[in-house]
Amino acid sequence: MKPIWYFVGLFLTVTGLVVLASGIYDLINPPVEKTVLANLHAGVWWGGIILLSGLLFYVVNRKKTVE
Amino acid sequence: MATFTLSIVDWLILAIYFAFILGLGYYLKRFTKSQEDYFLAGRKNSAWVAGIAFLSANLGALELLGMTGNTYKYGMYVAHFYWVGAVPAMLFLGLYMMPFYYSSRIHSVPGYLKLRFDERTRVLNGIAFGVMTLLVSGINLYAMALVLRTFLGWDWNVSIIVSAATVAFYVTLSGLMSAIFTEIIQFFLIWFGLFLVTILGIVEVGGVDQVLKNIPASFGTLWSTSGDASQNGMEITWAGIVLGLGFVLSFGYWTTDFLVVQRAFSAKNLRAARMTPIIASFPKMAVPVIVVLTGLVALVLAKTPGSGFALLQDGGKINYDSTLPLLIMRYYPHGLVGLGVSALLAGFMAGQAGNISAFNTVWTYDVYRAIINKNASDANLMWVGRISTVVGVCLSVVTAYWAMGFPSIMDYMQAIFSWVNAPLFATMLLGMFVVWITPAGAFWGLLVGMGTSITMFLAVKFQWIDPARITLSSAASDMAVNFWRAWWAWLVCFVTTIIISLFTKKKPREELIGLVKGLTPETARDGIPFMKRPEFYAILSAIVLVILNVYFW
Repeated sequence: MKPIWYFVGLFLTVTGLVVLASGIYDLINPPVEKTVLANLHAGVWWGGIILLSGLLFYVVNRKKTVE
Repeated sequence: MATFTLSIVDWLILAIYFAFILGLGYYLKRFTKSQEDYFLAGRKNSAWVAGIAFLSANLGALELLGMTGNTYKYGMYVAHFYWVGAVPAMLFLGLYMMPFYYSSRIHSVPGYLKLRFDERTRVLNGIAFGVMTLLVSGINLYAMALVLRTFLGWDWNVSIIVSAATVAFYVTLSGLMSAIFTEIIQFFLIWFGLFLVTILGIVEVGGVDQVLKNIPASFGTLWSTSGDASQNGMEITWAGIVLGLGFVLSFGYWTTDFLVVQRAFSAKNLRAARMTPIIASFPKMAVPVIVVLTGLVALVLAKTPGSGFALLQDGGKINYDSTLPLLIMRYYPHGLVGLGVSALLAGFMAGQAGNISAFNTVWTYDVYRAIINKNASDANLMWVGRISTVVGVCLSVVTAYWAMGFPSIMDYMQAIFSWVNAPLFATMLLGMFVVWITPAGAFWGLLVGMGTSITMFLAVKFQWIDPARITLSSAASDMAVNFWRAWWAWLVCFVTTIIISLFTKKKPREELIGLVKGLTPETARDGIPFMKRPEFYAILSAIVLVILNVYFW
């Protein structure tokens, strides 16, 4: 079967992509109700970090199988 | 009060999470062919997989919410739960106890009691553990519904039924394997979903230095105010921390609670099993970065005029558990809110799955096979495991609705652990390290120890005695009473077991080989270099622990 790290990678990649996309959308169309520190655009860089972490796990484990 | 408003992106992230865990349960079913696969994940896991699952089984959302709130209430003393109150016990389990557990090829902790002592001690602990697990699982479910209703405005019934059904689905299909897989997903989800709150909180306050500068002095130390209980927020002395939390509650939980120990049993060999709690000790020491720092940030914000931050009030009482959700609401835009809510949901559901997977194993092996059907086949045990999963989830739901009617039972979570785990640790310690402890000594010691803990709990609750007589101090918080009660229960069990063992029949030594130190060959090292041995990583972990305690003294 596929190792758990493969699924971790897949999950983080998909989730990171959604968070990043949402952050970029907010950057282009700033929401009316702003959260504290909204100027830091956490969705963009945090989403990017999640996406990159996910890709790393995915790429390293995509061809591996375990017993 | 304001509640989270979930946007379509937040719902999408929640949907992705549910799709993943349900899909994983379905995917893993095809690899779950025997009872060993179902109850012990095939004993194939690496130390890293078992280690992260070991930690995640303990890292429930109830703990994250509760400990962040406790930091707001008690200050940095909460870090004791993660450092002295966890790491020494985890290292002890890996270095000294795991060889007895793993090498005896048992399926559960009560299974060890059967081999070392007798059937009645196993059944006593199996039933006590089963009841405790279902109570904790139900209270966890209730707490989740409470959080979802308070912050998202979701309906009680929908929250309880949807999460219970999800857990029932994937644990029934593939047992411990799916529980471990989802626990690892949950581990990453919690870090990515909640660590950002800490980062943004520190940025808003102006740095960690500013956080420590703007809290009461006693809230930023670990030990320097522990000489006098009235000088620290937790109202406890160093003796209570060391004996109650650091020794009895911590060792009782981390070395005997099958919920966590089961993850180590799933490791592929003895070395991986020994490494499991040692690896877990490193991320365990990092958890205060989320809970303690975030709690302190909340405290600073609440004291800063014009910050607009204040905890919720329930009937005039401060709701400390609202700390973390309120900070998520403060900082997270859409998308990240979905991530934060998924992290909390994952914490609740993985906690429930952990309890249910431990329950189905103990019920199947230590009650069903021990009492009802001694010759059960492999297929029959798997069938019973699946049925007991569904029944366990249903009983958790009943407990959750019961808790809804008596909200104060949430306060009894710590007490429940001290009823079962604290005396059990005395039994295990004596059983593994003293050859002449007898089955009668273990059984009666355990029974008297559990009875002592419950009696002390009732005596304080109904004011039959002054709590100060238990804590040996005039200042006594609920937390201090919990720690000290655990210590007395352990001591009573320890002494009773020894006294009765002096006068009762011992087991033949040949039946104890592999179960007791002195009658067991030392762990084979087979030329493994020192830097790859569990001992090396345990030393590293201990060094980090000492540095943290000295730095925040």
